[in-house]
Amino acid sequence: MKRVQFEHSAVPYLFVAPQILIISIFFLWPAAQAVYQSFLLEDAFGMSSQFVWFRNFEDVLSSASWSRSAIFTVIFSVAVAVISITISLFLAVRADEVIRGAKSYRTLLMWGYAVAPPVAGLLGNMMFNPLMGDLYKAFNSFGFEFNHIQNANDAAFVVILIAVWKQVSVNFIFFLSGLQGIPKSVQEAATLDCKSAERRFWTITFPLLAPTTFFLLVINLTYAFFETFGIIDVSTKGSPGGATATLVYKVYVDGFIGADLGGSSAQSVLLMIMVSILTVFQFRFIERKVHY
Amino acid sequence: MYQSKWRIFTNHTILILGALFMIMPVWIAFASSTHTREFIFQNGLQFWPGGHMIENYGAILFDPAATKGRVTALEMLFNSMVLGLGFAIGKVIISMMAAYAIVYFRFKLAVPLFWVIFSTLLLPLEVRIVPSYEVVANLGLLNSYTGLILPLIASATGTFFFRQFYRSVPDELLEAARLDGAGPVRFFIDILVPLSVTMIAAIFIIMFVVGWNQYLWPLLMTTDDQLYTIVIGIKQVYNSLYEGGQIPQFPKAFALTIMATIPPVLVVVIFQRMFIKGLVETEK
Repeated sequence: MKRVQFEHSAVPYLFVAPQILIISIFFLWPAAQAVYQSFLLEDAFGMSSQFVWFRNFEDVLSSASWSRSAIFTVIFSVAVAVISITISLFLAVRADEVIRGAKSYRTLLMWGYAVAPPVAGLLGNMMFNPLMGDLYKAFNSFGFEFNHIQNANDAAFVVILIAVWKQVSVNFIFFLSGLQGIPKSVQEAATLDCKSAERRFWTITFPLLAPTTFFLLVINLTYAFFETFGIIDVSTKGSPGGATATLVYKVYVDGFIGADLGGSSAQSVLLMIMVSILTVFQFRFIERKVHY
Repeated sequence: MYQSKWRIFTNHTILILGALFMIMPVWIAFASSTHTREFIFQNGLQFWPGGHMIENYGAILFDPAATKGRVTALEMLFNSMVLGLGFAIGKVIISMMAAYAIVYFRFKLAVPLFWVIFSTLLLPLEVRIVPSYEVVANLGLLNSYTGLILPLIASATGTFFFRQFYRSVPDELLEAARLDGAGPVRFFIDILVPLSVTMIAAIFIIMFVVGWNQYLWPLLMTTDDQLYTIVIGIKQVYNSLYEGGQIPQFPKAFALTIMATIPPVLVVVIFQRMFIKGLVETEK
């Protein structure tokens, strides 16, 4: 906070009012509804509902499809985060070293940020379209018997690939600016002491990038959790049989298509709790572990 | 710095491969969008552009039949523009004001209100999607620009960016302004806003792209195709690709995809420096 502040009775309230108003109507109210509905059970026609305490939660937590989706979400998020961070770090290190064409490479690698997730999903869908997809044909011509429409692992591969493609550019931007923030003197001293570029990377550059990497890890996990909705909805739609449905996608499918409001709300509340834990973890644990 | 020839060579090779990895899908979609549907259906995706670009893009832009609905791509682009701009403008104004109150004032509810704002970060729209839809429906805001934009603004990311920025503004400015007799509103409008211009521009660009690319919320909100954004339009076109027993209209679907991609990509590339600065500095 500021040392010097205004002491005024009405003005600050006027300034926060628009934000608080919007948050109250479009955030607090729906969030409260989600919590409330998670304790309700609607009858088959949606005409009446009764208060059932934690039954929806018990149903959700004991259902095989939810735990399957939870496991997929964890695998998916970790895979997307690790793979895209690795690729972008690799590219950023090279882009930082290169002298000729540095700007062009930066442009060519960063624009992906602006592609909408569903557009990325459609592009991937097209590449893997059995009618005409190049990648689909290529994989099969190598004898993989690739079939993402029926095989759960192949479908997961497709979704992960698209999600990684979409996320590489964001990570690249952060890594590149992290690398450019490392003083040239440090880099030059390291070059004098150590000829091997690889060892230099692991002993000097990578530790200096640790805060960026941790930050990106959190960003990427959040991305894989929430923002991949569009990718999944236009590529696999969670098929085959819910094998590629993340928890967020399942909230949508159960709530809107399945019209199971109580169950969907219970899932929302569970997600809220998970996200809160993740956030606390991020603030308490990671901030202390990484030395800036 | 010394670099071996081999290192320089591998650097360029790796970067070119990376760039190709990013560009290839979009390029193939573009090239395939410039052929007739019969040709694509028989020969699969194309690497080289064909001669039907003007024909396909013209049909998509001006003929509602080409997009399988009552709206043309031009109208969808307009809706996307409204969403992108409305979202960005709304977010910048509201979060600038809220952050100003939180950073520059001592008032009773400052701490609880800060936590209310903070709590929105815990719960993205995707998670509370069903009740949000009900609230907007209850307010009679379905199929309206207001209902489309306002709920998206509820998240507090922008407020945190500005809070971070205001805290880096030297305290002396406020002291000097107060000596000169400037009140809180005057200080905000005459000093803080002009000082934040680069920050505003950077956040505006990021928010425009985020708004343009919204998917789940517009998908639920807009049952009336007059309000389809281009991102939603693509999904509808792809959904109806295999309907009616005709040869699938792949080239036009690709053309629509390309048109949805170009505006935000152009914005990000043109304002690259500002955009990167905004992205990197705000998220620290």
